[in-house]
Amino acid sequence: MGLTAEAMIASLRDAFGERIRESATAFGEATVVIHRDEALATFAELRDRPELAFEMLVDLTAVDYLGKTPRFEVVYHLHSLSQNHRLRVKVRAGNEDAWVHSLTPLWKSANWLERECWDMLGIRFVGHPDPRRILMYEEFVGHALRKDYPVDKRQPLTPERDPIEVGWKF
Amino acid sequence: MAYPERQASLEVDAADEIMEIQMGPSHPATHGTIKFNLKLDGEVVLECDTEVGYLHRGFEKMIEQGTWTQAIPYTDRLNYVSPLINNVGFILGVERLCGIEVPERCQYIRVIMSEVSRICDHLTCLGMAGAELGAQTVGFLTNESREFLWDIVEAVTGARLTISYTRIGGVTRDLPHDIRERVAAAFKNLRGVMDDCDKLLTRNRIFYDRMVGIGALTKEDAISYGLTGPLLRAAGVSYDVRKAQPYSGYERFDFEVPVGTTGDNYDRFLIRVNEIEQSMRIVEQGLKDIPDGPIRIDDPRYVLPEKHQVYNSIEGLMHHFKLIMEGAKVPAGEVYQAVEGGNGEVGFYIVSDGSGRPYRCRVRPPCFFGMSALGQMLKGHMIADIIPTFGMINMIGGECDR
Repeated sequence: MGLTAEAMIASLRDAFGERIRESATAFGEATVVIHRDEALATFAELRDRPELAFEMLVDLTAVDYLGKTPRFEVVYHLHSLSQNHRLRVKVRAGNEDAWVHSLTPLWKSANWLERECWDMLGIRFVGHPDPRRILMYEEFVGHALRKDYPVDKRQPLTPERDPIEVGWKF
Repeated sequence: MAYPERQASLEVDAADEIMEIQMGPSHPATHGTIKFNLKLDGEVVLECDTEVGYLHRGFEKMIEQGTWTQAIPYTDRLNYVSPLINNVGFILGVERLCGIEVPERCQYIRVIMSEVSRICDHLTCLGMAGAELGAQTVGFLTNESREFLWDIVEAVTGARLTISYTRIGGVTRDLPHDIRERVAAAFKNLRGVMDDCDKLLTRNRIFYDRMVGIGALTKEDAISYGLTGPLLRAAGVSYDVRKAQPYSGYERFDFEVPVGTTGDNYDRFLIRVNEIEQSMRIVEQGLKDIPDGPIRIDDPRYVLPEKHQVYNSIEGLMHHFKLIMEGAKVPAGEVYQAVEGGNGEVGFYIVSDGSGRPYRCRVRPPCFFGMSALGQMLKGHMIADIIPTFGMINMIGGECDR
């Protein structure tokens, strides 16, 4: 393994200073919270600094803490193949303004991950080139992984899509 | 469409027209429900927009409804070709939250069964890929071999696919007494089958021509797309979770991580063939070194009491009732546990709020990332190249769509 979680936090605090809003270590994993407006620049540095070298965006998801403010935490898992260490980064977003900046300029994996996060949790990714739903169909109402989405909710029946009407040419 | 318009469209010279075609969602040459929206110039793929989600069952939502133990059967149904790896990944994450260290014998059992599952996964991938390219014999041979391995899985867990073998702090039951003979017989057959498949495929002109140079991704692209497992290793990156961040005692085992050079389908094929051999080595080492001892921890907070206590004492009955009805209380916290699945890194991001139910469980499905890269892999190749490329990603619908 590369850096330990504690050493990772220390080096991140050295590198980014005030941009690390909160940090925690638990179960050998490092977690930092950064602000939404600084996220894109911070992720670019996390990827490009040679001592950190987080080349891979392993996972992206969000957690709905219904009843807390801000309501959503968008959770990014980064992994450095060359240094063999991991980092969890969180960006918070409120109920009324559930959006963060898209990371598609930095990682290609962000494209589908952000589409899924929008589909399942209704987080908007500003700057995403193709913000469609991915697992669900376009007519689906609501976002299934939000805590206020009832597990037994029914969806309206949608008519069959005619491939000619949606633009397929023959 | 009105008749005259169609007539007019037929008169357009088809040779220089860009054609848009939907392939799937139910296509005889793709194993799995998936749709490709293709933009074609003749037979050349200009763009491929992949649509997934046809097998979405709300896995992550369902896990939040039940107790921690009730989540285990759901994890079987992720990658249903290698369910043991998912079981192990999920339960390792939960055990880290609980601060549990399982007995050594249990660690060995988990490793052995994970590797048997990995072989099944690779056999499915290779056999189907061969069959879809016309080498039907390979499909039958690997399926037969896989059947012998599933007999082992059945003898150990009691089921072939929906096994639900792990529990918090251990596994459900011990290995059968004749496990060594069973594994030896199955591996003898498997090694013969792998030799046959090698002769049938590896230097087969048709197979070779349809695999080499097809679906290649550069190292940089593979990393940027978040690919792991055989797809990443084929591109020349030696990354395997079992080596990089060993779990469940993988550091005790001696095995190699095959790495490719070109990142094309042929390298992916060779890597899977090699990994079958490496997995057999791990299983044999495990069965040689496995210590005696308990297969689960002795901790009444997480582990169900023995049946004779449940039936014969009020304490045992109450204990059983509380664990079943309320569920084991997993301390609050969050953890990301990665394990090496058949197709790459299977990650479980688990959030607990300290109650008896998971607050959030997110699965990182490796083939989801492979599918997102498919469009780029296919750009400029022929429409027939979709089949081997898709086969080598080895999309498992249950895992990709959850």
